[in-house]
Amino acid sequence: MMGKRVRLALRRAAQVIPVLILATLVVFLLLHLVPGDPAVTLAGENATEEHIAEIRHFYGFDQPLAVQYLHWLANAAQGDLSHSLISSESVRTSILQHFPATLLIVGLAMLLSIAVGVPLGILAATHQGGPIDTAVTSLASLGVALPNFWLAMILVGWFALQLNLLPATGAAALTEDPVSALRHAILPAVALSAGGIAEVVRQLRSALLEVLSSQFVRTLYAKGLPPRLILWKHVLRNVGVTLLTVLGILFNRLLGATVVVEAVFAIPGMGSLIVQAAIAKDFPVVQGVVFAMVLVVILTNLLIDVLYSMLDPRVSV
Amino acid sequence: MMPEQINGNEPLLRVSGLNVHFGIGAAAVRAIADVGFTVRKGERVGIVGESGCGKTVTGLALMGLLPRHTTHVTGQMLMDGRNLLELGPRAMQRVRGRQIAMIFQEPMNALDPVFTIGEQISETLRAHFRIGRAEARDRAVAALEAVGIPLPARRYSEYPHQLSGGMRQRAMIAIALACEPRLLIADEPTTALDVTIQAQIIDLLLELSSRTETALLFITHDLGVVASACTRLLTMYAGEIVEDADVDAALVAPRHPYTSGLLRSLPRLTPRKSRLPSIAGQVPSPAEMPEGCRFAPRCAHRGPLCANPVPLIDLGDRRVRCARHAELTLPGCAERRLA
Repeated sequence: MMGKRVRLALRRAAQVIPVLILATLVVFLLLHLVPGDPAVTLAGENATEEHIAEIRHFYGFDQPLAVQYLHWLANAAQGDLSHSLISSESVRTSILQHFPATLLIVGLAMLLSIAVGVPLGILAATHQGGPIDTAVTSLASLGVALPNFWLAMILVGWFALQLNLLPATGAAALTEDPVSALRHAILPAVALSAGGIAEVVRQLRSALLEVLSSQFVRTLYAKGLPPRLILWKHVLRNVGVTLLTVLGILFNRLLGATVVVEAVFAIPGMGSLIVQAAIAKDFPVVQGVVFAMVLVVILTNLLIDVLYSMLDPRVSV
Repeated sequence: MMPEQINGNEPLLRVSGLNVHFGIGAAAVRAIADVGFTVRKGERVGIVGESGCGKTVTGLALMGLLPRHTTHVTGQMLMDGRNLLELGPRAMQRVRGRQIAMIFQEPMNALDPVFTIGEQISETLRAHFRIGRAEARDRAVAALEAVGIPLPARRYSEYPHQLSGGMRQRAMIAIALACEPRLLIADEPTTALDVTIQAQIIDLLLELSSRTETALLFITHDLGVVASACTRLLTMYAGEIVEDADVDAALVAPRHPYTSGLLRSLPRLTPRKSRLPSIAGQVPSPAEMPEGCRFAPRCAHRGPLCANPVPLIDLGDRRVRCARHAELTLPGCAERRLA
């Protein structure tokens, strides 16, 4: 069985490369479609035409787009994501610096979504139509509708500014000061997880209801199994696939949503990095961050595919 | 297990006054009306009728598997002197699978797709007996072997989707019979299978039930199955039992026009090309049930008496719910033999 899974992982990994190329190509083209010339910005005010041309030549902006892209791709393949136009810092270094903060918030938000969403989803489905179900589904609808930046500001107002329980902004490195890092991550993670919890509750509830009404569950009752065993062993294993799908999509969405939340909490994460770079037309940084994000998303999907085959024997390996 | 009954003549199961209502309050409709019958130890009873006659609902009611919130079941279902309807959820759980087991029409949907066949048998054994994993496994493999699944030890760790339809139904039977129940309810067990497989499954059920003295309750619309497999025939129409008779007697001389109609609509292999007689119309829905005989609107023999409700009349060797049973001579499917 394990050999099969390794082969599956390898085959999926081979499918990753075209996706990665396509994603970075789209971003590259989009960046160059946006009006404005980075060379002009870099040259500063009152620069001469010659100076701008020189800068343009220095960074290779005068070469055809195809050449520029292939050049970037060849370097990226070797792990060289080029340097920032503004700070001339290595893009790889700044991604590695900014990524942990984002990963901490997103990871914590994922944990919260599962830890709160899964029990609530089970509770709602097993009390279908009752007051508990109504309460949980109403809360979930609210959670989906709440904008997370608004929730973020409310949380800062209450827990940071009024109650002074948690820091309002900023971040700390998990490796240097874990307690402070977690304290900084709690509010942003909670803000981010509201939508995640709601999504997990809604999807899990409907998946559970579908499985609970299926014929094989009737067989399980007919065999005289205790209801608790039916729910925890059979029904949950059967909704596992749906839950995995939801969690995969959720993780990818939280990676995107973190941009806004990082802005509210002034967290030096990937979101802040790409926003600043995009405003400054710092092409290599934008390109590098997108590259890294796509890589993370693809790896997540890969992991989920492998987990699928472990949960559902029908998935052909 | 309970020892043999105090009274040797007491049947395995005695159902009386069984009523099932769907829905609550004023909107409730009666799907099963005053159903009563007995099943003796090792007996093979067939329940026939068109779709919507209440056959499956009767089976599910016996198993206590009707949804508690939306159905209301009243009456008596006596087994070992206990009324199964009065048992609490825990006690009923111990009856299901252990005393009464049930197999269903669609073996693909009836098995959990993400657990192995073997696990689905062992967990049943472990739910009813105090045995360890290893013993449960051994007994599960034996159960697979008993239902004629080749290479049972290997099939044990296969998943339902890896088996053919016939093998799946065999596995389903293995699950149902693993704990040696005293009554097996088979709800259309062969309808979803190929014709050639159908006969094998029926033969298997007959062989196993006679070996273990398990009583069989066949729920089917296939009178051919009943004719070949059962000793007694219960005809249901619109939630009521309309005839209860010995199979041989019923096939030759049904006493209820509905049984007769069902028998006459059986296809026979004859060289003549003739249209099969069919019963016109359809089963009335519970909401628009006739006040008198429920079959009267479709009955070719109806008379003035049929406007009144008809009780199930006990004729000694059979029971029939027809006001004109004494004056009618109805055709069956088997010819009367003279010799």
